[in-house]
Amino acid sequence: MTSVPMGLLLLADSRLPAGGHGHSGGIEALVDRGLLRSTDDLHAVLPARVRTTAAVPAGAAAAACALATPPSRRQESHHQDTRRPDGGFPDTGQGWRRWDAAGSVRMAPAAALRDASRAQGAALLRTAGAAWPSPALDALRALRRPHHALVLGAAAAAAGATPAQAAALAVHHLIGGACTAAVRLLGLDPLAVGALAARAGRQAEPVAAGAADAALAAVAADDPALLPTDGNPLADVLAELHHRSEATLFAS
Amino acid sequence: MRRKHRDDLLTAHVPTPLPAGPAGPLRVGIGGPVGGGKTALVAALCRALRDRMSIVVVTNDIYTTEDADFLRRHGVLPDERIRAVQTGCCPHTAIRDDITANLDAVDELVARHDPDLVLVESGGDNLTATFSYGLVHAQIFVLDVAGGDKVPRKGGPGVTRSDLLVINKIDLAELVGADLDVMRRDAAEVRGERPTVLVSLRRQPDAGPIADWVTGLVAARRG
Repeated sequence: MTSVPMGLLLLADSRLPAGGHGHSGGIEALVDRGLLRSTDDLHAVLPARVRTTAAVPAGAAAAACALATPPSRRQESHHQDTRRPDGGFPDTGQGWRRWDAAGSVRMAPAAALRDASRAQGAALLRTAGAAWPSPALDALRALRRPHHALVLGAAAAAAGATPAQAAALAVHHLIGGACTAAVRLLGLDPLAVGALAARAGRQAEPVAAGAADAALAAVAADDPALLPTDGNPLADVLAELHHRSEATLFAS
Repeated sequence: MRRKHRDDLLTAHVPTPLPAGPAGPLRVGIGGPVGGGKTALVAALCRALRDRMSIVVVTNDIYTTEDADFLRRHGVLPDERIRAVQTGCCPHTAIRDDITANLDAVDELVARHDPDLVLVESGGDNLTATFSYGLVHAQIFVLDVAGGDKVPRKGGPGVTRSDLLVINKIDLAELVGADLDVMRRDAAEVRGERPTVLVSLRRQPDAGPIADWVTGLVAARRG
């Protein structure tokens, strides 16, 4: 029987204190400019966002999960990924640094996005470090403010999840953060948005799976450059404008 | 039975020793509904105490940096001693359920300034808002008489369990038809031994009794 690690569910739960509630995933910037006004708009925006921006955090989370899974556990039955990552186990900050830098490179156009990722990484590291103590999470502390996806992946590994599950987790938070923010900012019907989130999640499964495959290849080759590099220039520009705005409710 | 209010009761109520709570210097949360005078109290405490101790402030505004800007404009503290946390439409979440962003801001200010006192001001919220004791050692809840004299009776965790209840703007009581005796009596009833102070921060910009209470906490924290 395949069991689902309870820790994975906890990591997916927005009630776990991890700083996500202060970030809208770019939704507030769209709302403020009248580019997103209704559930229909969200229905149009969300799948596009998932297609263009989800692969990067999903890939980074999957890679971090693969890296952070101790070699002794990589053969365990609940790791169903067909390819076995051979990358070095990062039990020092140095081991993580190249993977963290790869995250920064992929968010290079928007300093605001890098800051938001690092703020949420630091937040999750506080909570996850206490909840699932592990050498890989300890090592991430040396980076002080590692990117969120790396912490998410390392925490997922420590909680017993697989790289594919870590990728799905990253996509799940991208969708959940955007949907919650849209409800709060526009007073949308939360039931309708819930249905929309479920649909977006189903559509996102191939994105998460593809990102996880790429991540395992990157880890196997010990080459962070092989991580997904998709991007969305409008999201980058809006993130920077949002950061410079006078009155905003969400940090990003 | 009516409870007689005396300012000197306040220092007697400083719990010694303080509950363990977070490591480092004393952290005091200041919460309460919109417009009650939270920012005015922070400004008053900074003015009253800044020459005696090192203070830093974290604000949790609804709209980004409004309160932080107020404190900067009024020059109560240098810019680098104030940090604003953004709370995504949920100020109570940021001080209670998910305190990570506030912990981050506090840690950064503490590392840089090694203060004696950290004030964490919440965004204006409702009567159910309350600080997590993972974030602060003690909390002050600020009401004002203009919100109606029934508020202390209505209770809520801020009114009943805060370490100090401040009822502000008593100079407006007559204008808004609020009965201070009713507020004082109801507060005492729901709060038991926990202290309540009635003030007008406009008339007493040094926040005398509240500053004394906080000073007592700082001393207790130092041990």
